[in-house]
Amino acid sequence: MLRLVVIAYLVLLVAWPVSLVFTGALSDGLGPVIDTFTDPLVLRALRLTAVAVLWAVVLNTVFGVGVALLLVRRSFPGRRLLAALVDLPLAVSPVVVGLALVLVYGSRNGWLGAPLAQAGVQIVFSTPGIVLATTFIAMPLVLREVVPVLEEVGTDQEQAARSLGAGPWATFRRITLPAIRWGVVYGMVLCLARAIGEFGAVKVVSGNLIGQTQTATLSVEELYMNFDRQGAFAVAAALSSVSIVVIIIVGLLRTRMEKRRGS
Amino acid sequence: MSIEIRNITKTFGDFVALDDVSVGIRPGSLTALLGPSGGGKSTLLRIVAGLETADSGAVAIDGVDATRLPPQRRGVGFVFQHYAAFPHMTVARNVAFGLDIRHRPKDEVRARVEELLRLVHLEQFADRMPGQLSGGQRQRMALARALAVEPAVLLLDEPFGALDAKVRKELRDWLRRLHDQVHVTTVFVTHDQEEALEVADEIVVVSNGRVEQVGSPDDLYDSPASEFVMSFLGPVTMLGGRLVRPHDVELLGIAVVGSVAGVVEGVQRVGNEARIQVGVPGAPSVAAVLTRAALRDLDVRVGDTVWLRLAKGATSMAATPASSPDDAARGAGSVLTGAVSAPR
Amino acid sequence: MTLSLVDDAARAASSTRPGGAERRGRMNARRRGTRAAPPLSVGAGLGLGAAVIWMTVLVLLPLAAVVAEAAAGGWSEAVRVLTQPQTAAAIRLTLVQAALVTVIDVVMGTAIAWVLVRDRFWGRRLIDVIIDIPFALPTVVAGLVLLALYGPQGPTPVDVANTRVAVTFALAFVTLPFVVRAVQPVLETLDRDVEDAARSLGADGLTVFGRIVLPALAPAIATGAALAFARGVAEYGSLVLISGNLAMRTEVASVRILGYIEGGDLAAAAVVATVLLAVSLAVTLLLGAIGRVGGRRG
Repeated sequence: MLRLVVIAYLVLLVAWPVSLVFTGALSDGLGPVIDTFTDPLVLRALRLTAVAVLWAVVLNTVFGVGVALLLVRRSFPGRRLLAALVDLPLAVSPVVVGLALVLVYGSRNGWLGAPLAQAGVQIVFSTPGIVLATTFIAMPLVLREVVPVLEEVGTDQEQAARSLGAGPWATFRRITLPAIRWGVVYGMVLCLARAIGEFGAVKVVSGNLIGQTQTATLSVEELYMNFDRQGAFAVAAALSSVSIVVIIIVGLLRTRMEKRRGS
Repeated sequence: MSIEIRNITKTFGDFVALDDVSVGIRPGSLTALLGPSGGGKSTLLRIVAGLETADSGAVAIDGVDATRLPPQRRGVGFVFQHYAAFPHMTVARNVAFGLDIRHRPKDEVRARVEELLRLVHLEQFADRMPGQLSGGQRQRMALARALAVEPAVLLLDEPFGALDAKVRKELRDWLRRLHDQVHVTTVFVTHDQEEALEVADEIVVVSNGRVEQVGSPDDLYDSPASEFVMSFLGPVTMLGGRLVRPHDVELLGIAVVGSVAGVVEGVQRVGNEARIQVGVPGAPSVAAVLTRAALRDLDVRVGDTVWLRLAKGATSMAATPASSPDDAARGAGSVLTGAVSAPR
Repeated sequence: MTLSLVDDAARAASSTRPGGAERRGRMNARRRGTRAAPPLSVGAGLGLGAAVIWMTVLVLLPLAAVVAEAAAGGWSEAVRVLTQPQTAAAIRLTLVQAALVTVIDVVMGTAIAWVLVRDRFWGRRLIDVIIDIPFALPTVVAGLVLLALYGPQGPTPVDVANTRVAVTFALAFVTLPFVVRAVQPVLETLDRDVEDAARSLGADGLTVFGRIVLPALAPAIATGAALAFARGVAEYGSLVLISGNLAMRTEVASVRILGYIEGGDLAAAAVVATVLLAVSLAVTLLLGAIGRVGGRRG
C-alpha cells in the first residue's frame, strides 16, 4: 500500500514529467532538433556552459581537497568557523548570489568591479562573472564529500608512510590521494551536475546577452519564451541526458564507496 | 507454562533452516537450545516468539495454539544478543515500555519497574540512558524489560554472546539464580556447550535444522546419542577406533591386557592440567588429559613409550568410518586427533 | 552548516547502535585524527591563507555587500521596501509555500525512505535513481518538465500553470531528495531487533513506528526538513516558467529580487535578499539544533 503511494508520487512528480522532455524534443521529428543544435547561438551557449563548468569543477576540486585536508588534518584558530562558512553557498538563493556578485564586481559601482573596470577588466556581464557565479553555488560540493572520507581513513597510514621516509608531497600523492580518490570523484560529479544546471545566479550576472553571455540553461528559457517549444525541449533534453548519466555515475560510485567502506 | 513445537519446517530460499522439528519444553524449566552457528536454533526461537513465520508446523504456548498469533499477543519475553535497548528512553522507561503501552496505572508501573530494577541490580541506574551502561548492564536491563510484562515464557537469543568472557560467566550464574527465583519457563539459545551444561536443566541439541538429542546435561554428557553430540559437548579423541574423551584415556608405564602402545609426542601443561599427545602406529595421534599430580607420578617425557587404555566407566562410541571425526565436529571444532585443546 | 547536518544526524543515530568493536575502533580513529591534528606548517599556512582569501573574494565579500547595501538605506527604507504590497505578498507566499512543501516532504520523504530501506520489490533500484534526479536536473529544466505535464498543452487534464499550485509542485520537485537522503542512512542503521523487542513486549505496528522508529528518525527528519525549507525559500529557476511570476499571486521572493535588479533598484533587491539570507540561516540553525539535541539523547 505504502509502496504504491510512493511509486505514484514519484511517477507523477518526477518520472513522468522528466520523460516528457525526451518525447517533447522529438515531437516533430529530428529536423527541428538538428536545427536547434546547429544554431550558432545555441552552440555558443553550450560552449559557454562548458567553459563555466570546467572552471567551476577545477577550482572547487582544488579548493575542496585543500581545505578538507586543512580542516581534518590541522588545528588552527578559526577552524570551526571556517567549517561553518564553507557550507554557506548552499543555503543562499541563486538570485541572491547573483546580486551579491553584481554588488562587488559590477563595473559601474562594484566595490572591486569599478577599479577593475578602470584597469580594463570586466567581470559582470562577461565570462568571468559567469565562472564566478557557477563556482560560488557549487563551492562546497567536493569539500563535503572529501571531509568524511578523510576522517574515516584516519592518519595511521600517513604516519606509517612518513615513518618510512616519505615527504609530505609523496605521502599525499601515494597514500592520501588514493584513499580519498572516490570521495573526490563523487564530489566532482556532484559539482559538475550543479554547475551545468545553474540558472538564477548566472541570469543576474550575465545580463543574458544573447550570443555573448547566454549559457545553455538561459537559452532554454529564451527559446521557450520565444515560442520555440521544441527547441527548448531539445536543449533541455541534452542537459537532462547529462544529468541522468551523472546520476547513474554517482549511483555506481556510491555503491562502490559503500562496498569499500563495508570491507 | 509449556511450549509445544510440532513439525516446524522453515526454509530461506534453498537453505533448510529447520527440518520437521518437534520439541516439548516443560513448564518452569530452564532449557538450552545448543548447537553450532547456522544450525537453526535462533530461527526456532524466533518462530516461537512470532518474529519469524514457519513454513509449516505449529507452536503451542501453554496449551494454546500460537502459530498464527502476532508477537505482541503471544505473551513471550524476548532478549536479544545485542540487547535491543530503546536508545532514546531511560533505563526505567525501557523497563516500563510493555506496561506503558498496556496503559497500566502509573503507580503500578512505577512499583513494578522499581522491583524489577532491584531484581537485576540496576536500581541506581534508573535514570541513565542505555548508552551509558556497560554491555552486561544493558543485557540485565533487557531482561528486566522482558520480565516486566510477566511473560508466559522467556526466550533469550545468545544472551551473553556479545559480552566478554568474565561478564559472561557472571551473568550465566546470575541467570541460573534468577530462574530459581522467578520460575518462568525459559529457553535460551547458545553455541557454547559449557554455558549450556552449566546453566540449563535440559538441553536440546540442534544441528543442520534437526534436533539431535534432548536430555539433561548429565544424560547428554554421559550417553550422547550420536558422534555429533559427543564431540559437540566436549573434546574427543580416537583410541582403537572408538571416540572417547581425552580425560577417559588412561596412560600406563607398563603394558597390560587390552592396552595400546604409543610414543609420547608432546606434553603441554595448562594450569593444573597436562595434555599429552601420543603417537600410535597405524592410527591418528591420541590425546590424553592428566592432572598435574598424575603427570608427576607417571613422569613421562617426549619420546617415552607408554600404554593407553580406556578408563573404567568411560563414555565411548564406535567411530563410523564414513564420517571422520573432523566431519562430525564441523562447526564445533572440538575433536582432537593430535593436540588437546580445552572446550571453548 | 547545512548539508553537514545530515552526516551529524546519521552519525548520532548510528552511535546509538550496539557498538561492535570494529565500529568503536573506527570512531576512535576518527577522534584520533582530529584531536592529535598538528598545527600549521609553513606550507599549510600559505594554503590556508589562499583558501581564506579565495573564500573572502568569492563568497564573504559579496554576501557582506548585500547586507551592507541593504543597511545603507537605513531602517525606514528597509521597512518601506518590505511593506510594499507586492514585495510583502512575495515574501509571504515564499514562506507559506516553503513551509507547506516542507510538511509534504517530511511525510512523503519519510515514506519513500521507508519503502527504499524496508520494502523489497523489483524496481527499487530505479526509485533510488529517480530520487536523485531533482538534485542533478537543471532547475529551469525541472520547471519545463513540470509545465510539459501539468501545463496547458500537457497530456493531463490538470493545468496548474501560472497558479500557486504550480509553485507547490515545483518546490516539491526540487526539494524531494532532502528528507529522503537524510532519513535513509539512519533507517538503514536502525537495529531491527529493537523493533522486534517492542513487538514482543506487546506493541502493534503503529505503536512501534510512533514510539520506537520515529524518535530515532526525528533528528534526521528535522535535518532534511531544514534543508528542504531553506531550498524552498531560495528557489528560483524551477519557478520561472511554470509559475508565471504574477505579481501578488504567484511571484516568490527570488523573482521579486530579480525584478528589483532588472529595474535597477539594487538597494531594494538587497533588502529582500537580506531577509531571505536571514530566514534560511535561522531555520537551518534552529532545526539543526533540534536535530543535534535529538541525536545526543541516547
